[in-house]
Amino acid sequence: MTDMRQLYQEVILDHNRKPRNFGAIPGANRHAEGHNPLCGDHIKLSMNVLEDKIETIAFEGEGCAICKASASMMTGAVKGKTVPDAEIMIEEFRGMATGTLDLDIEANHLGKLKVFAGVKDLPSRVKCAILPWHTLHAALHAEFSVSTEGEADPVPGTTIGEE
Amino acid sequence: MKVERMTVEGMNGERTDIDRINIDQVRADFPILNLKVSGKPLVYLDNAASSQMPQPVIDRIVRYQSQEHANIHRAVHYLSELATKEFEAARIKVQHFLKAKESREIIFTRGTTEAINLVMHGYGRAFIGKGDEIILSALEHHSNIVPWQMLAQEKGAVLRVIPMNDAGELLIDEFEALFNAKTKFLALSHVSNALGTVNPVKAMIAFAHRHGVPVLLDGAQAAPHQSLDVQDMDCDFYAFSGHKMCGPTGIGVLYGKAQLLEKMQPYQGGGDMILSVTFEKTTYNVIPYKFEAGTPPIMAAIALGAAIDYLNGIGLSNIEAYEKELLDYATEKVSALNGVRIIGTAAKKAAVLSFEINGVHPHDVGTILNDDGIAIRTGHHCAQPVMQRFGVPATARASFAFYNTKDEIDKLVDGIRKVQEMFS
Repeated sequence: MTDMRQLYQEVILDHNRKPRNFGAIPGANRHAEGHNPLCGDHIKLSMNVLEDKIETIAFEGEGCAICKASASMMTGAVKGKTVPDAEIMIEEFRGMATGTLDLDIEANHLGKLKVFAGVKDLPSRVKCAILPWHTLHAALHAEFSVSTEGEADPVPGTTIGEE
Repeated sequence: MKVERMTVEGMNGERTDIDRINIDQVRADFPILNLKVSGKPLVYLDNAASSQMPQPVIDRIVRYQSQEHANIHRAVHYLSELATKEFEAARIKVQHFLKAKESREIIFTRGTTEAINLVMHGYGRAFIGKGDEIILSALEHHSNIVPWQMLAQEKGAVLRVIPMNDAGELLIDEFEALFNAKTKFLALSHVSNALGTVNPVKAMIAFAHRHGVPVLLDGAQAAPHQSLDVQDMDCDFYAFSGHKMCGPTGIGVLYGKAQLLEKMQPYQGGGDMILSVTFEKTTYNVIPYKFEAGTPPIMAAIALGAAIDYLNGIGLSNIEAYEKELLDYATEKVSALNGVRIIGTAAKKAAVLSFEINGVHPHDVGTILNDDGIAIRTGHHCAQPVMQRFGVPATARASFAFYNTKDEIDKLVDGIRKVQEMFS
């Protein structure tokens, strides 16, 4: 079991309190919305992608601390990156959150995003951390709406049941 | 003894005997309460989602599976006759639990949801048509919304919703104003799962009956917490689940008045629900068997009977009184915290405390409490319209049972303080 202080680190709490790149970009050329119907987390992403590079990115929406901090830190991490580089980070983040990427032995580009490694021990919270990345993937592939439930779900084995 | 008789002295020196639950004795019946979660003793406050099972019910399951199991209503051999006898004895226990007039008014289902769907198919599809109106309340669980919505879509019927006030109480004047010549059905929760509101069902049923409208009560949250009397309430249908009242999952009950059940169509076709079958025509069995197609969950039904025996052994009125004490204590402690809002403050409530901590999403609350071994439910509680009414995406919900203690509520309050400190 993850120690709560390790998951809810100051950096996550700070991004939750003061999310970076929060808002909408007028006239953005890529958009997507992601939502987790289970808990009501909802992320709207807008970006400008020029010559295969993410020039600007912003998000708005509502969610738990894990989801909001993940979205905030993601926007900082992929801004200025090329689309292929962002795709690699999406894969790596997903791998870290679902426990298929071993941070100790496998090289990766996650840097500060490693603060989210603890969610892999909390199956019900994995989707909270992944939702913004899921939405980024959709925006890059011109899918305008994604849900953490159903066929669009790229995360294997994390479907969560209901009461 | 699980219940002790005590003498209490009133203000004027008068002495009365009251029964009180002996909480240590009761807790000793629930093996799961010895569990450690995150290295801490389990504090199980998610009883509205599913309750825990006491040893006598577990033992009954073991005895049935090791000494009594066979298929029922079929063979003439020893085990089949024994299993049939025990299964039908469970039906009679349910009849007495609900104070129903006849045991043939008790239908075993998979749970509350299936019981409501049975009424929707068997009654709704036959007697509700285009332009007819079905009244629901703003407090309903999705299980008592979605089946009626499906029916409305199929038949071109209309759903009307009884609104509620900021305390989570239904507005009775508005309820009465919804009735007209097109009103054909009322589907209502007895107790709200998200807020704990106990609805004034007896008066509401009487009003509906004055308009000739039959009433289904969703009793999933009422059955574990208070004694029931379907004849006194005069409801036409009553649905509840075994696993919320110390029984196993996979078993529930639909009570229906015999004269209504008899004119309803079967819900599913198959074995046990027939008298005779040819390729030209099937003659259906009598009630309740007409509605019990296929081999039923025999073990689960017998275990539900054992759960009813267990609850009766403690006494539903003792359970109700003890849980009210817990709810009052929790309400007082949680209300005293700054930055915490209780959602659902009805005058009459069952042991459910839904709350919101300022600036903290319920899922973060649930994860952090879990680290202290505290199990609560976070989310929309399958009641999204209730969440929308209160302008929140989700709430944190602590729900109590008669095996919880004030000490556990203190741990919950400490946990809430820890969350606030972390997020300050």
